[in-house]
Amino acid sequence: MVLELQKPRPIWQIMFSTHHTDVGLLYLILSLSFLFMGGALALAIRAELFLPGAQIIGDAMTFNRIFTVHGTTLIFLFILPFASAVGNYFVPIMVRYKDMAYPKLNAIAFWMIPPGAALVWLGFADFTWYAQPPYSIISAPGPAADMWIFGLKILGVSSVLGALNFVVTILKCKHPDMSIGQVPLLAWSFLASSLIILVAIPTFAAALLMLLTDRLGVSGFFNPAMGGDPIAYSHLFWFTFHPEVYVLVIPAIGMMYEIIPRFSRKPIYSYNSGIFAFVLLSIVAFSSWAHHMYATGMSFTEKTVFMVGTLAAVPASAMHVFNFIATMWNGRIKFSTPMMWAVGGIALFFSAGAGGVANAAMPLDFATHDSYWVVGHFHLFVMGTIAFGSIGYLYYMFPYVTGRMYNETFGKVHFVMSFIGTILVFFTQHILGLYGMPRRVFDYPPIPEWIAMNQIATIGAMIIGISMIIFLANMIYSSGKGKLADTDDPFGLGGKYYYPFEAKNPKH
Amino acid sequence: MSGHSNWPEWIYIAVVIALMCWVGAEAWNAERLVEHVPADAEVIKVIAQQWFWTFEYEDGTKTIGDLYVESGKAYKFEITSKDVIHSFNIHDYVVLMDAVPGRVNTVWFAPTDVRTHDIQCREYCGLIHYNMRGTLHVEEPSS
Repeated sequence: MVLELQKPRPIWQIMFSTHHTDVGLLYLILSLSFLFMGGALALAIRAELFLPGAQIIGDAMTFNRIFTVHGTTLIFLFILPFASAVGNYFVPIMVRYKDMAYPKLNAIAFWMIPPGAALVWLGFADFTWYAQPPYSIISAPGPAADMWIFGLKILGVSSVLGALNFVVTILKCKHPDMSIGQVPLLAWSFLASSLIILVAIPTFAAALLMLLTDRLGVSGFFNPAMGGDPIAYSHLFWFTFHPEVYVLVIPAIGMMYEIIPRFSRKPIYSYNSGIFAFVLLSIVAFSSWAHHMYATGMSFTEKTVFMVGTLAAVPASAMHVFNFIATMWNGRIKFSTPMMWAVGGIALFFSAGAGGVANAAMPLDFATHDSYWVVGHFHLFVMGTIAFGSIGYLYYMFPYVTGRMYNETFGKVHFVMSFIGTILVFFTQHILGLYGMPRRVFDYPPIPEWIAMNQIATIGAMIIGISMIIFLANMIYSSGKGKLADTDDPFGLGGKYYYPFEAKNPKH
Repeated sequence: MSGHSNWPEWIYIAVVIALMCWVGAEAWNAERLVEHVPADAEVIKVIAQQWFWTFEYEDGTKTIGDLYVESGKAYKFEITSKDVIHSFNIHDYVVLMDAVPGRVNTVWFAPTDVRTHDIQCREYCGLIHYNMRGTLHVEEPSS
């Protein structure tokens, strides 16, 4: 089975297609382009922080704009579209339907992303991806800030449309012979994350409109000078974006659920506990948002409630880790590139989760809040878990998409360098946070511990940067000139692949 | 699914849940003690604005950037902001509280050594956020 580029076609046939694999390919190319663009900004940030004082980036304003666009890009323009790419390719096949439920809506959802991305990148706002008022109302320079607000609005609508499509495809278009309890875990992960999107995103959509009218001066929802409350924005924002963390991580875990059993040559240890943990995570996702706000002056009772809500997410995440390890236990594991990425991702998922427990405990949060600890913590999730799962899955789907194999050696080199780099950057940033370095700073005083930790982190980032160049070269070269893949068994695992099924009705 | 039992998973989940209960209970207890402000704590008003700190003591004197306290005494900070959100942070004493315009947040501490410590802003507040710093001077007790 080949999902895509068997016969070269003119590019407009792919661009104006509504077929799920074509839209998937568009999502894939867009998300990978923004991975490299956002990654380049990260390297600029790390290079600047190698030494105290201004070196690479001339002034604080440029630096603030860079980390704002870095965060916005990698969350909204890499992780989310990448998950949509995988979902577009595989969900219809897994539920055995000819396409997504609404093919035109699917294409519209994709084509809303480029204008949103253009607004974010051309504006280059400086108020961090959090856009905290009153800074974002009274202090952030326009039109960059307004362009960011409109860009995010468009991206939010796009994600809602995409999520709606996945929910309908999975629930209403699955093959009648297949019960919902037989749908593969990857498709289940899209169902769970799409439902979270539908519940969570409207809150932020409302907050963005209020932010815009506040900036225009016609309202004062979040502006204390007009009687508003900036902390209300924090609640609206985190009510969307704490669940959004699960929107990002659940599909990545779903991808690992495809890779781990396949390369362990064993069925999943417990399919039911996988589903149970997905459902549980999507519910507790909504019980923990204000753990981002302990230091805003919350009462003891509020903090306690949200600490308990946060700790409740740990058993569900731990069930996934258990399931992965129990699946690999006694399996005949083949450590091809996708398997290495998935296993590395699980290890980093565990470390990120352990750090998260420390964050959630109220007194410890006051030592780590808004310090580099937090930066290290969530990057272990977004880079160590989500990007690792995604990149592993990209290697896994590569032969199905292009009909050719990537270079295995370079794939492994990419993994090893990225794994070492990720540990050097983000474990170090945890320590840096304990030394007290605040996040989002352009410059720092020459404290010896801070300099040492920053330099280790920068070296790690450069190692990741080099590995990503190897990755890019491998993908470009192999998709054109790589050796032809045996699409029945590209990884030489033997046995029958239970998924993906043959693509139905490839001409559509 | 079929063919094997799930009891190792249930034991594992029970252990994880027990561990989380322990973490939660310890954190609850520690936070309860930490938030208990001593009755004799001296009040210092902390006013944040882009991009410096102003401190106002009980006797009405004000200092900018430098905070003077005596070792061995308890102090309660009443923190607010004049423009955007900042975060008042003395990392060495794990003092951290957001300075929110329109609100007064409180946090307390009791210094025990005699030396200087860094004060910094931990919440992004714009152009000079990175350099919104101050110094805490802990002095010998006067009496």
